[in-house]
Amino acid sequence: MSVMTETTTQATLSDFFETMRSAGAGELRSASWEAFELKGLPNRRVESWHYTDLKQALRSVAPLSRGTPAAAPERLFDAARLSVVNGAFRADLSDLAALPPGVDVCSLREALTDGDAEIIAALAPACEDAVVALNAALMQDGVVLRLAPGVEIARPIEIATIVAGEAQSCFTRSLVIAGAGAKATIIETAVGQGAGAQENQALVFALHAGAEIDHVGCVKAAAEDAVRVHSLLATLDAKAALNSFVLIEGGGLLRRQNFARLQGAHARLAFNGASLLRGRAHADTTLVVVHAKPHGQSREKFRAIVDESATGVFQGKVIVEPHAQKTDGAMQSKALLLSDAAAMNNKPELEIFADDVTCGHGATCGRLDRDHLFYLQARGLPRRDAEALLIEGFANEAMSEVADDRLRDALTARVHRWLAERGAQP
Amino acid sequence: MLEIKNLHVSVGERKILNGLSLTVKDGEVAAIMGPNGTGKSTLSYVIAGREGYDVTDGEVLLDGENLLQLDPHERAAKGVFLAFQYPVEIPGVATMTFLKAALNAQRRSRGEPELQTPEFMKRVKEASTKLGVSQDMLRRPLNSGFSGGEKKRMEVLQMALLEPQLGILDETDSGLDIDALRVVSEGVNALRASDRSFLVITHYQRLLDYIRPDTVHVMAQGRIMRSGGPQLARELEERGYKDYIGEAA
Repeated sequence: MSVMTETTTQATLSDFFETMRSAGAGELRSASWEAFELKGLPNRRVESWHYTDLKQALRSVAPLSRGTPAAAPERLFDAARLSVVNGAFRADLSDLAALPPGVDVCSLREALTDGDAEIIAALAPACEDAVVALNAALMQDGVVLRLAPGVEIARPIEIATIVAGEAQSCFTRSLVIAGAGAKATIIETAVGQGAGAQENQALVFALHAGAEIDHVGCVKAAAEDAVRVHSLLATLDAKAALNSFVLIEGGGLLRRQNFARLQGAHARLAFNGASLLRGRAHADTTLVVVHAKPHGQSREKFRAIVDESATGVFQGKVIVEPHAQKTDGAMQSKALLLSDAAAMNNKPELEIFADDVTCGHGATCGRLDRDHLFYLQARGLPRRDAEALLIEGFANEAMSEVADDRLRDALTARVHRWLAERGAQP
Repeated sequence: MLEIKNLHVSVGERKILNGLSLTVKDGEVAAIMGPNGTGKSTLSYVIAGREGYDVTDGEVLLDGENLLQLDPHERAAKGVFLAFQYPVEIPGVATMTFLKAALNAQRRSRGEPELQTPEFMKRVKEASTKLGVSQDMLRRPLNSGFSGGEKKRMEVLQMALLEPQLGILDETDSGLDIDALRVVSEGVNALRASDRSFLVITHYQRLLDYIRPDTVHVMAQGRIMRSGGPQLARELEERGYKDYIGEAA
């Protein structure tokens, strides 16, 4: 039986590859497909996927998405929005006219069909992960954003990926190339509304020397049977800085995997995030940060709030290569369990091959502090309100890393909404 | 008026309060003194409604209403304020957010309209200036990184904003240097009023030089052993608690 389903999954993905192999970037697709075929979909025996059995979750694969139109979802942020709906870039749902000079946008489909060499070269930084390889083999569409060197963009640019309607498999890849010294805020929103949605998304950041990008992600809750893998791949040249925060609202199976390579000296990276999980949601955040050059700095701060029967996973690996002296790294993951059935797996790791570095990590898992609760109650807050204030405070420990007040306020509003839904339950 | 009648409290198998009775009239400042481990903090927690204490007998009445039947937040809204011996640090919760949430939760509970931000800010500013609570402290997460003295000043600031009917000071002098003790005491004295009473729990006479009590009660072995006027505190400072420990044994 398992052999049968495995064959079916593999055959379906193989059909997808036959469909997509002629859609541009043929060499990249073929090499990626070969890499994927060697490994297959990851299961628990693959160490980096130990807590998330994707193979099991994808026993049956939904049909390839066809770009079926869907309404644009509500706006969460004041930003110039670029929309990718059901696997297709939608110029008509994008604020192309609102983009300032120095920002060049095209759809991935267009770039691949045109065989744009710069884009294809930047599109797939080295990555061992099988699901990232599968994405490169099957990528349907996405957004390509090029920021001219030295440009400073004040208003955030949002890449919104929407999967709505019928059950479908969606493979999208977006690319942000930040020219030397460019500065911008990129928002990533992921909205998975349809039942049976299977998403494999990749977002690639190529930061040239001195570029500074703030990245704010908001992953909205999806249907219980949704299966979503979101990969962020970043390369940072000398003195480049990527400051990322992602708010995850659970729903179904979600894996967020961030890969960063600090390939220039004095690069700075922050991967921060908070997740709000309830129901039977499973949310896995896995990070791999490679320091390849000296004087790099990396910061990772994650907070998971896990209620009901949900499961959170945090795996963080920081690798300091032999020449990356004076690396400064700090990783911290904390989880707050709100019910007896809630679960959290925390696994921070350091692999250090240089001898003059400062790196640390910490991970904790606990419940709401009774003393804190009583203190707030004794000041007049009803129990539920006291809990809500403490939960919000816990999320704030990571969310305070978002520099922009307005973006932080928009994220706080999401947290309030989640807490209000919790309060409304019997 | 606070009336505690024949209060018996256990934690697990251990009896801590053993038939404690005490009355504190409106406008009265009552000091409770006693040796370590005699149940003084337990008394303050039981009045405020902390979990984990088993009241096996007795009543705690505030203006005739039995507090023991109410949740902690309802007691707060009725006017009970406990200034903690060890105020907790809550990282991530902004002090101002907390103050406003507490004030408005109590107002809602009493059926009063919520305070709008300008009026709230005005009140905080007035109270913080009097107590030497800096803007920087107000901007930080609640009590995070505060010194012992700063935490106690924040407790008195909260009391000034919440305007309770009954203020319980649980060893407010512990961890304070002489300057901080004066500031905190002046803050408390400024809140003395004919319709507000205080229960001041302390080991030492020292605090009572600053906050002058109307009555002094000696607590030992889980009950009040003796009551008197302010001179009783000075007597205790000279003779210690040995008479009372002996009496109970």
